[in-house]
Amino acid sequence: MDVTATERAKKAPAEAAPGVEQLDVAAVNAAETRPLYAVREKIYAKRAYGTYRTVKWIVMAVTLGIYYLLPWLRWDRGPYLPDQAVLIDFPDRRFLFFFLEIWPQEFYFVTGLLILASLALFLVTALAGRVWCGYTCPQTVWTDLMIAVERFWQGDRNARMRLDKAPWSLHKIWLKSATHITWLAISVATGGAFVFYFRDAPTLMGEFLTFSAPAIAYIFVGIFTATTYLLGAIAREQVCIYMCPWPRIQGAMFDQYSLLVSYREWRGEPRGPHKKGESWDNRGDCIDCKQCVAVCPTGIDIRDGAQLECIQCALCIDACNTIMDRIGRPRGLIDYDTIDNLEAEAEGKPTKLKLLRPRVLLYAGLIVLVSLIMLIALLNRTVLEVNILRDRNPIFVELSDGGVRNGYTVKILNKLHEPGKFQLGLEGLPDASLKIVGFEQAANPAISVLPDDLRALRVFVTVPRESIAKLTGPVTDFEFTVTDLNDGSTVRNDTTFRSPEK
Amino acid sequence: MSRPEIDDVTGVETTGHEWDGIKELNKPLPKWWLWVLYATIIWSVAYWIAMPSWPLVADYTKGLLGYSQRAVVANSIANARAAQSQYLDRIAATDLAGIKADPDLLQFALAGGQAAFGDNCAPCHGRGAQGAVGYPNLNDDAWLWGGTLDDIHHTLNVGIRSGHPDTRDNAMPAFGRDELLEPAQISDVTDYVLSLAGLDANTEAAERGKEIFAEQCAACHGEDGKGDTELGSPNLTDGIWLYGGTRDDITDVIRNSRSGVMPAWDGRLSPETIKQLAVFVHSLGGGQ
Repeated sequence: MDVTATERAKKAPAEAAPGVEQLDVAAVNAAETRPLYAVREKIYAKRAYGTYRTVKWIVMAVTLGIYYLLPWLRWDRGPYLPDQAVLIDFPDRRFLFFFLEIWPQEFYFVTGLLILASLALFLVTALAGRVWCGYTCPQTVWTDLMIAVERFWQGDRNARMRLDKAPWSLHKIWLKSATHITWLAISVATGGAFVFYFRDAPTLMGEFLTFSAPAIAYIFVGIFTATTYLLGAIAREQVCIYMCPWPRIQGAMFDQYSLLVSYREWRGEPRGPHKKGESWDNRGDCIDCKQCVAVCPTGIDIRDGAQLECIQCALCIDACNTIMDRIGRPRGLIDYDTIDNLEAEAEGKPTKLKLLRPRVLLYAGLIVLVSLIMLIALLNRTVLEVNILRDRNPIFVELSDGGVRNGYTVKILNKLHEPGKFQLGLEGLPDASLKIVGFEQAANPAISVLPDDLRALRVFVTVPRESIAKLTGPVTDFEFTVTDLNDGSTVRNDTTFRSPEK
Repeated sequence: MSRPEIDDVTGVETTGHEWDGIKELNKPLPKWWLWVLYATIIWSVAYWIAMPSWPLVADYTKGLLGYSQRAVVANSIANARAAQSQYLDRIAATDLAGIKADPDLLQFALAGGQAAFGDNCAPCHGRGAQGAVGYPNLNDDAWLWGGTLDDIHHTLNVGIRSGHPDTRDNAMPAFGRDELLEPAQISDVTDYVLSLAGLDANTEAAERGKEIFAEQCAACHGEDGKGDTELGSPNLTDGIWLYGGTRDDITDVIRNSRSGVMPAWDGRLSPETIKQLAVFVHSLGGGQ
């Protein structure tokens, strides 16, 4: 120890242990001060240092990096399609995602991705509790960022509390406005990044700079600026505690084998300040320094046990470990542990980590299953699709020479990124002739379809009088064939030919 | 009034309401909530002044902004008309073959023609132009008055027995009703007509009927019975029968004649609409 006791006494009257200040802070939701209605108590989250804090900085950098930079990533799709790697293209009704290009009727791929995301969420929750809430939830990430901004301008917990208590001065106005201006700038950037997912990012950026972007872009930037500022900078933990349904659902998703941020009560209690030279026998390791409460972004006391407000960000672990190191006690008074192990440790029994449980296996199995289905669907995804719509009114037309004609609308979807040439034919209909409206002159016309486009054709199929007897009845099955003239592949579609009852 | 009761646990007044021993605390609304209420009151008063709102006996308050949903609709319709006008102008200036050859105009004409067909033609010809007994099927390739674009366009304009000065018109005698032929002769001619179309017929009777046909019918229907679109006389050799193709149906037509009517659309619909209708009907599959 490099600081003498007298010096410390001058600075901080309350000491939890030699060199450790006892902070004057109480959990906002402590049972004794839990009224039915209460105004929010402002939480001054203290800066934590340690493994989990580092992990959280990295996760923040990665997630925010993806969010802000992804729209700027380019992906070459040839001359006919946008080259933005991730683009939700509403005007052309396409969802472009790197190599994948989803048409509206293929939206099940997005559904599959969402199902996978939920299952992954269930799986990590079963394994390690609210990992999503603590590390990757946008609310957590942006709140963390906003708190970091606040800390940058106004200082850490104590400085911020002093500033709030201090009378208004030019200095205070400057610090407060600088904080809010930075928050707003981040919010505007958040809204700005969001709209880039819906329109070519460089183009839209140019339009923003020349104030010629579409009104809807400004509206959405406004909406996201407002929500980021309100939820991330102002409301913060209240979103998690009062607005988010996930904490309520989570309770059913982890069990006594899930790794949760927990206080090892058997080790910590009875708690109390520890004086230098005092024995650690017959007392707990918790010196009641309340560092764990001070760093908590939702302002709770982990020593009260598992609770709804805890987003399991693990910052209390970092704070406690720092103190344990300083007072020379083993780390891990607060740690990731399972309810089962906590009980075993308290009774001195051996602990074990039981990861493979029915719910974990179920979630993992479902993830594999859904991924397989998606993969198979993706591998079987055709780049040429044909839809046939039979005319229903009239069902058939009798011609003057006794022949029978049916009308069809044939839609050719060219999902390739280059123009396609296709030939339409039919199979399984005796002596039938095919006429495509607009291609009456050519015998076997090559039908060109623009890249990434659909072409609807009106097609008349006529069976001459002599061949009507060869039909299998009033309803005859046959196939339309659409041959891709570029690679020779053929798509077949079943449909029927209708003729009068004989 | 007695003094309000104070709740022991919270130290807050109760409202005096009690259900099953549970008392309601008297907690005032948050201030911002109250302000929202005042704001909505001010908003509604401002709305009354600015917008049409209060019904009066014979009228209603118009509001200072002069908003009217009818005006909005009228404006939307005018805008839609204006958006169509570039196509309509081109359709007016282009001949029918030109419209068919221009993909843009063709698409517009087909859509416009289909809409006009549903409004004006479908009551007789059917929603799919499939026709009915007495009303021709417009999908097939049999045309009484010709199936070229110009023929169809002319029929649409002048109608059939419509009263239009240039109307398409013809008359088949009622051979039975007006006693121009004996019933036995009518029966023979029926057999001949059946044989022309390749349907079951008494060969001897048909032989007798052939002579009568040459005298009485061939002038309009042609010696071979193939009809003439100039005269509007139907082809009797094909498989299409406007009034039915059974022996009884054919006898009935010879005996009593038929004279269907189609209105002239010239003057009822705009020339551009009639052009679109002609293109639409021609594209149904039987156009020549």
